[in-house]
Amino acid sequence: MPRAILYDSTMCIGCKACEGACAERWHLPYDDKVAAESRLSAHKLTTIQVFGERYSRRLCMHCAEPTCASVCPVGALHKTSLGPVVYDADKCMGCRYCMTACPFQVPAYEWHSRLPKVRKCDMCYDRQRSGKPTACADACPTGATTCGERDALVAEARRRLAEKPGNYCQRIYGLQEVGGTSVLYLSAVPFEQIGLRTNLPQQPLPALTWRALEAVPDVVSVGSVLLGGIWWITNRRDEVARVEGRKP
Amino acid sequence: MNGRGLPKVTIWRAIFVLLMAAGAYATYLRVRYGLGGVTNLSDQFPWGIWIGFDILCGVGLAAGGFTLVAVVHIFNVERYKPILRPAILTAFLGYVLVVLALMFDLGRPDRIWHPLVMWNPHSVMFEVAWCVTLYTTVLALEFAPAVFERLGWKKPLGWLKLVSVPLMIVGVILSTLHQSSLGSLYLIVPHKLYALWYTPVLPVFFYLSAICVGLAMTIFESWHSSRAFGRALELPLAAGLARVLAVLLMTFLFVRFLDLEQRGALPLLRENRTETWLFALEILLLAIPTVLLFQRRVRWNPSRLYGCAVLVIFGFIANRLNVSVTGMEAGSGTHYIPKWTEVAVTLSIIALGFAVFRVVAQYFPIFEEHRAEPVACEAFDDREAPVEVG
Repeated sequence: MPRAILYDSTMCIGCKACEGACAERWHLPYDDKVAAESRLSAHKLTTIQVFGERYSRRLCMHCAEPTCASVCPVGALHKTSLGPVVYDADKCMGCRYCMTACPFQVPAYEWHSRLPKVRKCDMCYDRQRSGKPTACADACPTGATTCGERDALVAEARRRLAEKPGNYCQRIYGLQEVGGTSVLYLSAVPFEQIGLRTNLPQQPLPALTWRALEAVPDVVSVGSVLLGGIWWITNRRDEVARVEGRKP
Repeated sequence: MNGRGLPKVTIWRAIFVLLMAAGAYATYLRVRYGLGGVTNLSDQFPWGIWIGFDILCGVGLAAGGFTLVAVVHIFNVERYKPILRPAILTAFLGYVLVVLALMFDLGRPDRIWHPLVMWNPHSVMFEVAWCVTLYTTVLALEFAPAVFERLGWKKPLGWLKLVSVPLMIVGVILSTLHQSSLGSLYLIVPHKLYALWYTPVLPVFFYLSAICVGLAMTIFESWHSSRAFGRALELPLAAGLARVLAVLLMTFLFVRFLDLEQRGALPLLRENRTETWLFALEILLLAIPTVLLFQRRVRWNPSRLYGCAVLVIFGFIANRLNVSVTGMEAGSGTHYIPKWTEVAVTLSIIALGFAVFRVVAQYFPIFEEHRAEPVACEAFDDREAPVEVG
């Protein structure tokens, strides 16, 4: 069963334990300076953002049909059956199309490295494979971030919405965005107020480029017949003209 | 140049040396400090002018090659043959320079070959990578006869002649695919690209505008060659291309506005924001030459014709930069101004292109066929004989 993360903004106290645990798991330096950064970056794969008195967490959304995986020319990114979208640094050539295309602006680049890699959360693929929760969910003291099977988490989210309707904006972010994601959000306020993009379509984005790519075989077959035909006709016309002595 | 002693110092040569020096220093910095050290790119804005100009414009500006190959060899309009080879050379150099620019932009240029062995057919970038690789090979083969003629290699010339027709058809198809696919790259960012540019028909627009700028570049390049090598401009040919160009530009502008109207994006033009003005600039740069080129006296006047070609080229560049840079800024929530090193690399690559073209044109039979005989004017669509030349 695919795994997922549920982040309930109403339960988050902004302690940033998830940030620390994530940094530790990736062996990234984590100090007050890094903690103060609010943006995702190559050295910060999850971050807590503050919106007035509310908190929001950012991390890779692990889309059901990931845009990054579809655009990567070398297939360095792929969606595992377990849920996480993982990255193979040995394939990546650094075109950064994944970064341009990601609707959540998640992948980050090691801009100052001479052998740079893309960095993003991999939902603790190795830990989850051995049945352990993600480092962030493990570290969260309030249960704002929990990790489990996606279906179970969706059910849990719906239960919370029904139980305390006054506490929540009545929607689960990530349920349908770009075809559904493996990170789900609950919030007290509309999601754009905690920094999430709400102008995304419900259909997976890869379909947009696939529509164009689908036409490639047709362009090749129809195109070669058409061009070959035109060439034959125009040259034949010349040949006839030459034989009839109308042209040298 | 006398061929003796030191080359004369001219303003253009001085500029060339300066640009190359700046480019060389920027290259050193790029290797030493990585992308972060020499670009103003960020996680929010990962593609800058090296993609927007060097790649998107570079490939488009090289479209004259496939356009003229199709005109001369597939549609068999033989009178354009004298300007075919320079167009192929322009295209070949263009693609080589695009690959060179890509080596700067890729985070791991040592892995530029990866898409050839690690496939992802769902990626537009994968398709572009394959098409550009194959088409650069095709262009090398299309240009090879000039090299073989110069070297006097009869046999390989014969072999090339045997495969020339299928080769040219493959070249046109590959160009059709990747010229349009450069537009398809942006189909995936409906949430980022401003609505004046984002449209499901981006690939069609990229293809049409590439053909337009390919014709404009052919005129531009003929004009420069005629001055550099002291030859007369092939005015009847250039004017003929200009006529086609005017019709294509008008079609392009028409479908562009039709699309805006269909998507209900026209009201956006009333908004006072940077994008509106940049859109207006792009459209004006294309609309002015369209109107002018419909007039015979503009087409048959070398400097006016050249001016129109330059406007089309700038309009095209404005379009590509709007799609790849300025149109993406608001959606990415950030601003991007290229760093001097980015500009230096880009300018030195352009300068290199001009210089290599000149050198190659000097040593290989690029304009040979032209010397044969001036073509009779009655053969052309414009009935009256050309009056003003030069």
